[in-house]
Parts: sequence; structure tokens; C-alpha cells
Amino acid sequence: MYGTRVVVLGAGIVGAACARELAEAGLEVTVIERDRPAGGTTSHGEGNVLVSDKGPGPELALTLLSMRLWPQVLAALADRGAADTAAVEWDPKGGIVVATTEDGAAELDRFAAAQRAAGVLVERLDSAALAAAEPRLTREVTAAFHYSGDAQVQPAGAATALLSAAVAAGATVRTGCEVLGGTVRGGRLIGVRTSAGAQDADIVVNATGPWSGDVSARIGAPIAVRPRRGEVLVTTPMPPTVFHKVYGADYIAAVGSGSAALQTSAVVESTRAGTILLGSSRRQVGFDDRLRPHVLSAIAVKALRLFPCLADTAVMRCYGGFRPYVDDHLPVMGPDPRLPGLWHATGHEGAGIGLSVGTARLLRQLVLGETPDIDTTAFRVDRPAVLGASNATTTHKERGLA
Amino acid sequence: MAVRQVAVVGAGPAGLAAAEAALSAGATVTVIESAEQPGGQYHRMLPRAYQATHPQRLQHHWRAFERRRRALLHPDCTWWPECTVWALEQAEPGMPPRVHVLDGSVDGTGRPRRVLEPDALVLATGVHDRVLPFPGWELPGVFTAGAAQALAKGERVVVGDRVVIAGTGPFLLPVAASLTEAGAGVLAVLEANRPATVLRGWASRPWELAAQVGKAAELAEYVVGQVRHKVPYAMGQAVIEARGDGRVEEVVIARVDPDWSVIAGSERTLAVDALCVSHGFSPQLELPMAAGCALTAAGFVEVDEDQRCSAPGVYAAGEITGIAGAPAAVAEGTVAGWFAAGGAPAAVSAARRRAAAGRAFARRLARAHPIGTAWPDWLREQTVVCRCEETTYAALCRAAGAPTREDPRAVRLATRAGLGPCQARICGQTVTEITARAREQADAPRAEPHRRPIAQPIRLGELAAPAAQAGPSDRPNMKESES
Ligand SMILES: Cc1cc2nc3c(=O)[nH]c(=O)nc-3n(C[C@H](O)[C@H](O)[C@H](O)COP(=O)(O)OP(=O)(O)OC[C@H]3O[C@@H](n4cnc5c(N)ncnc54)[C@H](O)[C@@H]3O)c2cc1C
Ligand SMILES: Cc1cc2nc3c(=O)[nH]c(=O)nc-3n(C[C@H](O)[C@H](O)[C@H](O)COP(=O)(O)OP(=O)(O)OC[C@H]3O[C@@H](n4cnc5c(N)ncnc54)[C@H](O)[C@@H]3O)c2cc1C
Repeated sequence: MYGTRVVVLGAGIVGAACARELAEAGLEVTVIERDRPAGGTTSHGEGNVLVSDKGPGPELALTLLSMRLWPQVLAALADRGAADTAAVEWDPKGGIVVATTEDGAAELDRFAAAQRAAGVLVERLDSAALAAAEPRLTREVTAAFHYSGDAQVQPAGAATALLSAAVAAGATVRTGCEVLGGTVRGGRLIGVRTSAGAQDADIVVNATGPWSGDVSARIGAPIAVRPRRGEVLVTTPMPPTVFHKVYGADYIAAVGSGSAALQTSAVVESTRAGTILLGSSRRQVGFDDRLRPHVLSAIAVKALRLFPCLADTAVMRCYGGFRPYVDDHLPVMGPDPRLPGLWHATGHEGAGIGLSVGTARLLRQLVLGETPDIDTTAFRVDRPAVLGASNATTTHKERGLA
Repeated sequence: MAVRQVAVVGAGPAGLAAAEAALSAGATVTVIESAEQPGGQYHRMLPRAYQATHPQRLQHHWRAFERRRRALLHPDCTWWPECTVWALEQAEPGMPPRVHVLDGSVDGTGRPRRVLEPDALVLATGVHDRVLPFPGWELPGVFTAGAAQALAKGERVVVGDRVVIAGTGPFLLPVAASLTEAGAGVLAVLEANRPATVLRGWASRPWELAAQVGKAAELAEYVVGQVRHKVPYAMGQAVIEARGDGRVEEVVIARVDPDWSVIAGSERTLAVDALCVSHGFSPQLELPMAAGCALTAAGFVEVDEDQRCSAPGVYAAGEITGIAGAPAAVAEGTVAGWFAAGGAPAAVSAARRRAAAGRAFARRLARAHPIGTAWPDWLREQTVVCRCEETTYAALCRAAGAPTREDPRAVRLATRAGLGPCQARICGQTVTEITARAREQADAPRAEPHRRPIAQPIRLGELAAPAAQAGPSDRPNMKESES
């Protein structure tokens, strides 16, 4: 494998993490980025690294792997220099999930029990413990669970640090360089054509996030990854009010939903700067990034249900991005069976920040022909949700819903 | 044809002129203004609480303003004072955006939300002072020239007995005049650009100036005023540092080259009790950006001869299209309001010529008072660049210098510069310029620092409450119950 030329497409957090793993494995890595590193989805979302929203299954396994890796990755980054690690802003603050209805409580109970069986650290909070943990939270809570494993990072900082580590391990980054198509010879992908000339490769890794569908189509092997819009509100800086990541149990349902219509759920957390982030929405509107006040309003309604004390707190900013979405809500990683030389590492939807390091580790193992740390069958490219015939029809219809 | 409904945002000279013209063209008009009173920067009026006996004493063109202000009383005009546009929503293709308004004072709570769907939208939101950072700029006693003028004109507050006014631009003199009139002692007015730069800026295409005689005469009047008050006016000099213990006590003045690099050995100190700085103006671009309007290379809203923006149904007038003083803002407002209302071109050809001349004047003014590119050399490592988040110059350069952190967004997230309560209104342009310089890029992006989809802070409770659809003649609730 030594001397293998790998071209990673996209310098978001997934591309950065993959470039780091592959460069450290001794491969010759070039990262190709249309705009600038960490300028895409990675700097337009939140940085929750969550176990709490994942039920038993392959994504939970990937999450638990990532959770194990994050501290190791941070320690490795720290060896290179303090500035990079500080920018990651890793904070294992823990998460609290609450239900506000009796049905919600029963649902949450079952969910937590299943997670516990799968190895997740989760603990039920009685009302006294909840009041101690989150004194400003509504008292109208029917069930609450604490997940000590939930953490957060500053996504752009984390992506930058990972990419710096890749560069330190010998990777090259080419920015302002858009992938236009692939070069195929003898049925094998041997490079990509870009706005700044051709780039030869033995392996091409498509890590272009919500643009992965478009980029794979340009290369001639389309996969069904589509954008799912999400918005987040940011308040003015406040004295400490919210101490964990706190979210409503309906978040879990919204994450797992395939509906194209607007869904919102409350995810409330404070940042080091004192601002509170209020997320988030899920809509399928293509790459339409226009402001929709009714969406922001819906987020505010849900957030206030959890923290009524925030009613007079001012929102000073909102931002949004496009989650890379696959119909079955699972990431895509591995070789493309239709076109030798093409690999994908994408489709992480609303969890790509947290899952980046686990994905990168598995990709490295798959590329090197090693046994991966966890079973990757569920993430293979060759599955109906990724290669299915369906992809073109939906996008147009969904645009109309905007 | 059905009567057109025109919404005007901002009741400064441009917005008032737009309302007046739109009404005379037969439209119904809603004027939305976040302040309590009309007038904007130029006619900044006394808050009602301070109503003085002779408010016109410090005001110019009071009569013209009085006449224009009467447009607000027209039966087809709805006046929405203390109402702020917090968002523009591009909804229907080919139509102007929906206008989302908060009804209540800027720092109010529980303000109802209203939504207007006008046939045409006139944006006349003006500018705010641009201030470059320098060591000591965050000390109490350092004012933006605009704030000092507002204090003098609006509240009759005198900022100091030993005041230095520094920066660049022709508004340094009017500020000096207002301050002196209000009783402040002005020690010096310092223009950083040299006479050669200023003259070169004015020299090309002099015939375009003919239409600006009113403007020129007004400036001359100020200069005479300065002479009368004997305020020394110096060019090619800058305040490069403010010092003091808890408050500004002295400033460091230096002679500067045309690019504003300090001429070594020319530094001297001067004891002061206040410093007013102005390095030109930043247009208030969040609403034009939210509407999808294109910008000019100089960073103002792009308009055609009819004040039309690139976004359908949207017009812009006044300082957001370029800095040329109040008369030009009025001419532009007239043109914008008239065309927004669907008026026939012939009737406003004179105003159109004045507006075009105003834009030519604005370009000339900008050329005459450029910001020298070497100003970051005045900064020290520990100089705070973003005051909200206390980001230092060194931190910014370090972040921008990292080879893997090219994205301005990534730089902001890494340093938090521009992410605080002012939302980069003060430091946005500065941060992009420093970033571009640290990365040795020739041009700093223009539009990027002005993207604020939420144009004004909105409280969560206000956002959560449903919005009311407002018709052309709906008046905001709070005001009705007051009167
Ligand atoms: C509102 C919101 C909240 C979120 N919250 C969380 C959270 O709390 N926790 C979490 O883990 N995740 C969260 N996410 C999801 C997370 O942000 C994404 O899963 C992750 O950023 C995806 O990273 P990526 O590297 O795959 O994609 P990106 O960051 O989008 O990177 C892809 C890169 O590819 C480049 N590219 C595109 N086309 C081309 C081309 N033709 N040629 C070259 N380059 C190209 C792009 O410029 C871009 O830089 C959230 C997302 C949103 C929108
Ligand atoms: C310090 C100083 C001195 C000056 N001296 C002179 C002089 O001597 N002679 C001269 O000719 N000119 C002078 N000018 C310039 C003059 O003030 C301007 O040319 C003129 O006011 C521009 O008019 P405008 O209508 O474009 O903007 P403005 O007068 O700035 O009016 C904009 C209005 O929009 C409102 N607004 C903004 N955003 C919103 C929102 N989101 N919702 C609702 N309302 C909003 C603001 O409250 C404001 O009232 C001076 C300016 C300054 C700052």
C-alpha cells in the first residue's frame, strides 16, 4: 500500500479525519476542496457528539467507536501543539433528555432500556436530581435521563485541527479546486478532473458531505445522498443558565424521521462564549438557504417549552446548513462496487461531527484490507437506500414544500 | 391598476423623500422606523422627553424637513415609529421580500410581530460610523464621531473640554462644528489623508460637481465656521494611540504617509479629555443582503438610474448606496419612492439627474478619503480588535495564518471575532481586512461581514408568538393605545 495515491474530495470534518488517518498510515494523500477547509456543512451546524439519540444498531456501534477514539485523537493532537487542541473545545458535559408527556415518558423509558442493554451509560433522574442538574429547566417533565457520555466539540476547530494533523503527516491540501468529473481507464477510476487541472489517484474518497450525490454523479457513479436543511438560533451571551445538552425526547423521533416536511425539536445547550444554541429544524428543500421565519419560530416554541425562563432572551443570530442525508439514515463508507477506485465516506446526516473519527478509522482499515473495528456491512455502498433507482424524483417535489 | 402598496424602511432624509414621492405617485405607503422620531442621522431630533424650546437651533434645513415629515400625516401613509424590521423573507419569486417587523422599541420586550407583503420595498437604512481599532480605542472617552455628534445634537451633551477629532472624511468638520456649537472645546481636527490624495480624488470629471453646489456651499459654511472658532485642521496626521488610566487622558498623534504608515519620529502626545474618531462609514447592509441585492465593488448597494436593486421589487436610496450627504439622499429617495409606486419616468427627471450626480459625488468622496492600507501597523499584539469578544490582533493573525484555516467563517469561529452582541457591525470589515492581509490576499471580501439574516435581535418569546399579517392601513397597536 505504501506509495498509494489517495485523493480525498472535500475538506469538511469527514474529509479531514479521513485524510489524517490515511496520511498517518503512510499513504500519499491529497485533499481537494472546492472552497476552503471547514467552510461547508462542518461550520454550519452544531458540535454535539451524542450517544443519547442513537438506538441499538450499527450507528450506535459507530458512535461508541468514535467516543472511544475522540480522547485518543485529542491526545495525539495535543502532542503536536496546544493551540490546535484548544480550538477543538472538547467538552464532555453530558446530555439530559426529557419527556414532557406521559406517552413520551413511556417511549423514552423503553429507548433508554434498550440503549443500556447495548452498553450505553444512561441513568434515570428523579425530579430532585433533575432540578439540581438543570435548575432553570421546566418542572413539567414526565421523565428525564442523563447520558454522561455526551460531549461537544467546536466543529470548525476540530476539522481544522484534524486537517493540520493530516498535513503534518504529509498530506497536501488543494483549495479553490472543484471536482468536475472522473477519469476512467479500463473500467477503473484513475483520477479526477478539477477546475485546476487533473489529479491522478489510485483511490478517490468522496467526502463531499451533502454534495456527495452531485459529486458522485459527476464521476459517473451516483449515490443517493441529499441535503436536509437545519437551522440553529444563537442567543446573546448569558450568565450560566443551561449546564448540559438538554433536549426533548421528540428529537429522537425527528432524527429518525424520513418526512420531507418541517420538523423541529428542542436541543438546548450553552457554549463557552456564554451564548445558548437552540436547535434545530429538519427540512428537505434542496440547497435553498433562504431565511424562513416560521421555521425559526417553531424552534423557539420548542425551546421555550423546555426553558420558559428564556422568553426574554434575545436571539442575535441564526445559521443553518445542509445535513448529508440518506433515506435509511445511515452513513455510507467503503468502495463503490460499480467503479473500482472510487470510495465514499459520507451521508452522516446530523451526526457527522461526532462520527468523523470513527468513520475515518474504519475507512483506513477497509482501504488497508484490515479487519475493521466494528462490522461495516450496514454502511456499505451497495445497498438500496444508496444505489436505489429512486433518487431523482423526490428533490423537485420537495422544493415545492418550501 | 390597483393601488400599489409601498413599504419604506428608514425615515431618514432618503426614506422620508421616498414616502413623499410614492404618495404623490398615488401609492399607499407604510414607513417603518426603529427610532421614535423621523429624521435619521441628519435631522436627529430631540427625544420627546428632551423637547427643547428651539430644537431647530442646531438643525439645518429645518423647514424642508418639516415639510417632508408631513408626508407621514398623509391619509394614505401609515407611520410605524419604534418598529424594527428584523427579517426579510424572500418568499414569492419575482416579488419583493416579505417584511417582518417587531412592534416596539429596540430594547423592548413582548413586542408583537407583524408581516407586510408590499408590492415594492424601499430600503433607506443609512450607515453607521466605521472606526478602525488602535491601541486604547476601547477606553472610555473615545467616541465615534457620529455618537459624539448625536450626543451634541440630540441630547445637548458636551463630550469634553479638550477634544481631538481624527480619522478621515468631510464629516470630521461638521462634527467639529456641532461639538463647538454645543460648547465643547475642540483642540484639533486631524484628517489622515494628505492634500494630494484628497485633491486627486476630487480632480477627475469636475463637471459632475456642478449639481452639488448646495453640498459644496454647506461644506464651505462649516469650514468658515471652523475658522471663526479657530479650530486647527491638519491633514496627513492621525491619532495612532489613546492612553489613560481608566479613561482617555492623552493621545499619540503622528504624521502619516499616503498609505497611513507612521512617519518614524513624528509622534507627539497631546493631553485630551475626549477623542472622536471616524474612518468613514459602513452601510447598514443586512436588509439589502437579506433581500438578495447585489453590492458594488466598493461595498454599497448596487442601484440603477431608477434606484432599482438587482432583487425584484426592491429599491435602495440614501447612504446605503454611497456616501454623498443629505441632499443626495433626498434626491435618491425621491426617485426610489416614485418608481416603487409605479410613477412615470418623465416626472422625476430632475431628481434622477440629482441622484446620478449624487452617486458621482459619492464615488469622488470615497476616492478623496480612502482608508490607507497600512493602518494595521498601528496595532499591537494585545490590541483588541473585536470588542464584544475581546479578540486580540495577535489571536486573529495567528488564526488567519494557519494554512488549514482559510475560511473566514473558520477564522471567526476559532477567534470568536464578530460573533458577539454587535454581530460584527463594528469589527466585521476590520476582521476581514486583517485576515486578508495576514493571508496576503489582495482583496478582502465585501459582502461576507454583513450577512445577518436576523437583522435585529428578537426575543425568544416574541419569535415563538405567531405573527399578524398587516394590511396597508394597519397601525401598530402600541401607538394607538398611547394616543
Ligand atoms: C443545523 C445542523 C446541526 C448539526 N448538528 C450536529 C451535531 O450536533 N453533531 C454532529 O455530529 N453533527 C451535526 N450536524 C451534521 C454535521 O455538520 C455534518 O454531518 C458534517 O459536517 C458533515 O461533514 P462532511 O465533511 O461530510 O461535509 P462538509 O463539511 O459539507 O464538507 C464537504 C466539503 O466538500 C466540498 N465540496 C463540495 N463539492 C465539491 C466539489 N465538487 N469539489 C471539491 N470539493 C467539494 C465542500 O466545499 C465542503 O467543504 C449538524 C448539521 C446541521 C446542518
Ligand atoms: C456625524 C455625521 C455628520 C453628518 N453631517 C452632515 C452634514 O453636515 N451635511 C450633510 O449633508 N450630511 C451630513 N451627514 C450625512 C447625513 O446624515 C446623511 O447623508 C443622511 O442622514 C443619510 O440619510 P439616509 O436616509 O440615507 O440615512 P439615515 O439618516 O441614517 O436614516 C436611516 C434610518 O433607518 C432606520 N433604520 C435602520 N435600520 C432599520 C431597521 N432594520 N428597521 C427600521 N428602521 C431602520 C434608522 O433608525 C434611521 O433613522 C452626517 C452624518 C453623520 C453620521
